[in-house]
Amino acid sequence: MENLNSYLIVSAVLFSIGTIGVLTRKNAIVIFMCIELMLNAVNLTFVALSRHLGNLDGQVFVFFVMTVAAAEAAVGLALMIAFYNNKESIDVEDMNIMKL
Amino acid sequence: MFDKVWLIPFFPLIGFLINGFFGKKIKNEAVIGAIGTLAIFSSFVVSTLILLQMIGLPAEQRVFEKVVFPWIHSGNFKADMAFLLDPLSCIMIMVVTGVGSLIHLYSIGYMHGEEGFYRFFAYLNLFCMSMLLLVLGSNMLVMFIGWEGVGLCSYLLIGYYFHKKSAGDAAKKAFVMNRVGDFGFLIGLFTLYWWLGSNHNVWTINFTELKAASQLLPYGGVVTFATLCFFVGATGKSAQLPLYTWLPDAMEGPTPVSALIHAATMVTAGVYMIGRMSFVFVKAPETMLVVAVVGALTAIFAATIGTAQNDIKRVLAYSTVSQLGFMFLAMGVGAFTAGIFHLMTHAFFKACLFLGSGSVIHAMHHALHHGHLHDDPQDMRNMGGLKKAMPITFITFLVSTIAIAGIPGFSGFFSKDEILWQAFSNPYHGTTNAVLWGIGAIAACFTAFYMFRLVFMTFYGECRINAKVKNHLHESPLVITIPLMVLGFLAVVGGYIGLPKVIGDLLGGIPNYFEHWLEPVFEQANHYSATYAHQGGHHSHALEWGLMGLSVVIAVVGITIAFTLYIKNTELPKKFTAAFPGLHRAVYNKWYVDELYDYVFVNPCKAFGRFLWKGFDVLVIDGIVNGVANVVMAFSGIFRYLQSGLIYNYAFSMAFGVVVILGYYLFK
Repeated sequence: MENLNSYLIVSAVLFSIGTIGVLTRKNAIVIFMCIELMLNAVNLTFVALSRHLGNLDGQVFVFFVMTVAAAEAAVGLALMIAFYNNKESIDVEDMNIMKL
Repeated sequence: MFDKVWLIPFFPLIGFLINGFFGKKIKNEAVIGAIGTLAIFSSFVVSTLILLQMIGLPAEQRVFEKVVFPWIHSGNFKADMAFLLDPLSCIMIMVVTGVGSLIHLYSIGYMHGEEGFYRFFAYLNLFCMSMLLLVLGSNMLVMFIGWEGVGLCSYLLIGYYFHKKSAGDAAKKAFVMNRVGDFGFLIGLFTLYWWLGSNHNVWTINFTELKAASQLLPYGGVVTFATLCFFVGATGKSAQLPLYTWLPDAMEGPTPVSALIHAATMVTAGVYMIGRMSFVFVKAPETMLVVAVVGALTAIFAATIGTAQNDIKRVLAYSTVSQLGFMFLAMGVGAFTAGIFHLMTHAFFKACLFLGSGSVIHAMHHALHHGHLHDDPQDMRNMGGLKKAMPITFITFLVSTIAIAGIPGFSGFFSKDEILWQAFSNPYHGTTNAVLWGIGAIAACFTAFYMFRLVFMTFYGECRINAKVKNHLHESPLVITIPLMVLGFLAVVGGYIGLPKVIGDLLGGIPNYFEHWLEPVFEQANHYSATYAHQGGHHSHALEWGLMGLSVVIAVVGITIAFTLYIKNTELPKKFTAAFPGLHRAVYNKWYVDELYDYVFVNPCKAFGRFLWKGFDVLVIDGIVNGVANVVMAFSGIFRYLQSGLIYNYAFSMAFGVVVILGYYLFK
């Protein structure tokens, strides 16, 4: 499996895009999508390494990550709707009421 | 019956609990008064039964100790809640419960309509309980509970009219001065306990055991120190020089309180304590001399102040201080029986005098109130001619005055003359103590003078009260006059149980019952004092008769002066005042002792307190506390900028952290 590296590079690129997206975008939904991107980059790593090592543990983990991501999507979208109802915006710059 | 001794303090305790907790709900004055009075009267009944049983026993069996429950047992230290019955404590419980019952009864009438009626009776019961603990305690610690308890009750009752600033101040003054004395008491207790324990392995504070161990104590030395400390305690509680100033101020309390606490019982605690520990005190001749001298000086010092006061209760207060001085004089020359005897007779006539003055104030107050006048009902200058309006009060008051002045046939004569004779003749400090006798005799002269001045100003002459309200002066109700009559009767006959030997012999060999009664208590002390005493000079009966005659003459002189100044020639006192303005002002202002104490002790204490407040507390303590807080605030002021509340900032710092950690592991 000499092309493991290709998988890992794709995964790292996806992860970095996700990270940069999280750090730079203001729209909460975009940030949310970026987080999904990061999670799936990690999933890709899991699957690639699982295959490489001949161990199914990594693939099992992917199911967990997907479950968590689904739950997160549900909760996150609900939060955003609630937030939008209050502030008429889903810009993270408006999410500053925790500040003194 | 001896086994039931615990009932004596128990009844007033019950009375206190009932009135203290439920008095406000009961509201009915008759019920509250009845509970309080019955509580102490039940104790009186038990005391009487115990006394009767004790009289029936042979002299050497008249000691009984009842352990109610074990209290503190720790290593060598052992203190039980235990009561000691012996002839001395028997006399004390009789005086406390007897006089106490009468004063409770009197208070029902006197305190009628007062706000906090229930509070008064609760405190009065609590006081009686403490006093009974004090006199019944079989070890010093139980005694100390009572000692503190009476101080507390005194504070509460002096401050009964707490909305008046003067009453609150007087209460605080009494409490603080008593605390000074209590400190001495404790040091004395510790010293005695520690010395006997560490040197002779006798670890005890029990009076009976101490008495048995007392031959181990040396004459002087550590005993002098311990007894001096005890005496400091006694000066505080019994209002002797230099701690007497609280007692006249204590007159801010209601009159029955003055009668019960500040005349008849609590203030005698110091005398009782010296009597209880007589076997220790006689081993310290220097202390005994101090006691005698302080007693004599207090007697004359307070008596001089008493001559110029116009407040009826204040005169009586100084008279109390002076009479307590006589008792200490007796204790100091080793005449313990005489001291306790005077304690008892004084309780009768002084309680009667105070209650009589209360009756007068009561009448004056009502009359003035009726006319909507705001004159001081306690000022003797407003009184005069009350004889007709208040015959019962007048007669009982007169009888007690004669008793305190020392006219033969009345109780005060026997006890006071015994003290003077003992001061002169007791061989303890030397063959004769003409100086102590002389001071005592002059004080007796002053006593006769100011007491009759009081009677003449109050009951004789023209009524100086506003003519409008004169007809509203009435005799007090029976509930007030009955205690007066009983106490007046006792003030007359109370002395006959302790006839001096010369008079007893003359009357066909009547023994001095009182002396025989107390003999077992003071046997040990008398034994030590005889061992120590200087060559006992024999004094002839002629000398005793002579001195007795002299003291009668002195009393008569005092009365005559009072009669001349306040009945015959009422202009003379004014002329006298005009002739010696400085002297009058000094005496009227109580020799400026309060001002001196303020200057020497109170103000420096206040200044020091202010320094600690403004200087130490505000600058140093607050400075440290606020400084720490300020430093923390300054730092957090910087770090708070990290807390932007913006999610991408947090996300960025998180990512940054991950990069740093990963970089560290990759490139190390």
